[in-house]
Amino acid sequence: MNDIRIEECISRYRDVPGGLLPMLHSIQHALGYVPADAVPAIATAINRSRAEVHGVLSFYHDFRETPPARHTVQICVSEACQANGADALKAHAEASLGVAVGHSSGGDVALEPVYCLGNCACGPSVRIGDAVHARVDADQFDALMAAMRQEA
Amino acid sequence: MTLSLYISGDTTARALGADALVAVLEVQAAAADVPLNIIRSGSRGAFWLEPMLEMDWQGKRIGIGELMASDAEGLLATLLDNPESHPNYLGEVAELPWFANQHRLTFARAGEGDPIDLNTYRALGGLQGLERALSLTPDAVVEEITDSGLRGRGGAAFPAGIKWRTVLGAEADQKYIVCNADEGDSGTFADRLLMESDPFQLLEGMAIAGIAVGATQGYIYLRSEYPRAQLMLNEAIDAARLAGVLGERVLGSDKSFDIEVRLGAGAYICGEETALLDSLEGKRGMVRAKPPLPALEGLFGKPTVVNNVLTLAAASTVLAEGAAAYQAHGTGRSRGTLTVQLAGNIARGGLIEVPYGISLREIVFDWGGGTRSGRPVRAIQVGGPLGAYLPEAQWDLPLDYEAFAQAGAMLGHGGVVVFDDTIDMAAQARFAMAFCVAESCGKCTPCRMGSIRGVEVIDKLVANPADTAQKILLEDLCDTMEHGSLCAMGGLTPSPVRSALRYFPEDFGLAAEAS
Ligand SMILES: Cc1cc2nc3c(=O)[nH]c(=O)nc-3n(C[C@H](O)[C@H](O)[C@H](O)COP(=O)(O)O)c2cc1C
Ligand code: SF4
Repeated sequence: MNDIRIEECISRYRDVPGGLLPMLHSIQHALGYVPADAVPAIATAINRSRAEVHGVLSFYHDFRETPPARHTVQICVSEACQANGADALKAHAEASLGVAVGHSSGGDVALEPVYCLGNCACGPSVRIGDAVHARVDADQFDALMAAMRQEA
Repeated sequence: MTLSLYISGDTTARALGADALVAVLEVQAAAADVPLNIIRSGSRGAFWLEPMLEMDWQGKRIGIGELMASDAEGLLATLLDNPESHPNYLGEVAELPWFANQHRLTFARAGEGDPIDLNTYRALGGLQGLERALSLTPDAVVEEITDSGLRGRGGAAFPAGIKWRTVLGAEADQKYIVCNADEGDSGTFADRLLMESDPFQLLEGMAIAGIAVGATQGYIYLRSEYPRAQLMLNEAIDAARLAGVLGERVLGSDKSFDIEVRLGAGAYICGEETALLDSLEGKRGMVRAKPPLPALEGLFGKPTVVNNVLTLAAASTVLAEGAAAYQAHGTGRSRGTLTVQLAGNIARGGLIEVPYGISLREIVFDWGGGTRSGRPVRAIQVGGPLGAYLPEAQWDLPLDYEAFAQAGAMLGHGGVVVFDDTIDMAAQARFAMAFCVAESCGKCTPCRMGSIRGVEVIDKLVANPADTAQKILLEDLCDTMEHGSLCAMGGLTPSPVRSALRYFPEDFGLAAEAS
């Protein structure tokens, strides 16, 4: 294991009751993902087997075991957004970016499905970073992508 | 004189452009050298009017709705001169029929002021419930909750008083209060709105629960899709600790109670209370068999109250106003108020708090104004992804738990998702099964495997509706899932599927059944 940041995350949460999820969140926050070689160190620190730690890591949709794309864009695919055309938005996003929702790793932009952002009266909803965008149509999606690329 | 304005800082208002509006106003104020104070209040839940601006004008709190930054040229000058002249002027906010016809208890404070300012909270009646609870015996606090008729708002509608009584009666060196803020149902945002618009009310309710049952530690299990709520909760907790509302010696008493926010990690099943507890313990979110009840063996094996955000928040109203006052709202065994979330394809979407017993039709058309697309409403899904799709024949159902259960539907957390006539109900049925595939915890075969088979069978049925064997297979599969699943994930996924098949057979290429 090569990253001092991982050590920091582990030591911050190793003695917190039920601290594995906060620990994994903090590692992912620091590195963008939870690398496979962090698992043995985590397991040793919290006195659980590697298989158990990996079991937790793989159970939750949020945790990533490979490096993320430069940008991650979440599109809500739940019923309330479907009622407002989320499927069409998803198709537009896939076609315009050339990546399929849920099937990209690495690269420039990854599209991820999300089951609800709590913005259900004003869908379709998109989340980029911590910002949620409402009533996103194809034009607004393109504008969001342009702004996102410009910022980085 | 400083001009004070209120603009919501909640997720939806921001998603609709509230931050850009704030920025434009600040530029205009700087240019005109006008002292400006913008209070990022919470939203009142009228999302169809966001971004909305409010101000005090001639003794009234007035509003201007749907204010986009791109249309804000000269806005500040209009506000200073005469806000009534603005084309989007709404008049006095409380007098708008959309608000005036509601019964706001839990959301009475939402949108009034800075959500994380404790003085504002106190001025608006906050902390009275906690003060009263501290003056009563634990037994009397639980008695108040029981007498109020408060039932869980997370979906199962279990009486809160009974749960609290069990935890109070359990002997243990440590007990916990766990707030279920996983709010996974599509079409729901009431928990989010409360946490972003009035977080102290949740903290107060949790402290009351702690005092009632003898717990000193609370956890809020918050879904990771709610970063704004996380921020607001943590700031509110800091402020509450600083003011002695949380921590040792709550409000100067001999009781201590503290709260920590824990993030979920994108798993719907972690909204189920036992999976949630496993997740809080740092494990996979697997559903536990009951018994043991979480009330007796919950978090880390200790007696635990698990309640939804709105249930705990309502506890502060019950204690502040008394069980009788709370109980006076509602109908039958559904007491208090119902928070309905009008979502999906809806013209006037948002959160309304209404007495139980009014009809689906009233809320979708009188409050909601029908579809946003302007097309006819075709189906309404109530109660989240495990709730039934209801056709027009069912829209006169009164909104109460028992009436819905009798009709084979559920109110759940109060999510109402409206679809227009472009919806393909076979695709919705397929989605329900696919959602179960993605979100099943994997413990029971009927749920884990049945949902995979369900997707396949629906695909085959739609490809060839004449193949009657597929329809029979689908019904059998639904039976197996209903009867062989440990929790409502597998047990209720058939509900949207069956309602789609039964009420909208033409979308599967089938003829309507004679009924
Ligand atoms: C699949 C599934 C998902 C659930 N999701 C939630 C949820 O997101 N929020 C919630 O409060 N309750 C949820 N529940 C209900 C909880 O299991 C539990 O009944 C509730 O937290 C109890 O609190 P209450 O009595 O205050 O409603 C869910 C149940 C199931 C079966
Ligand atoms: S019904 Fe599904 S989600 Fe519920 S316990 Fe069984 S496998 Fe897990």
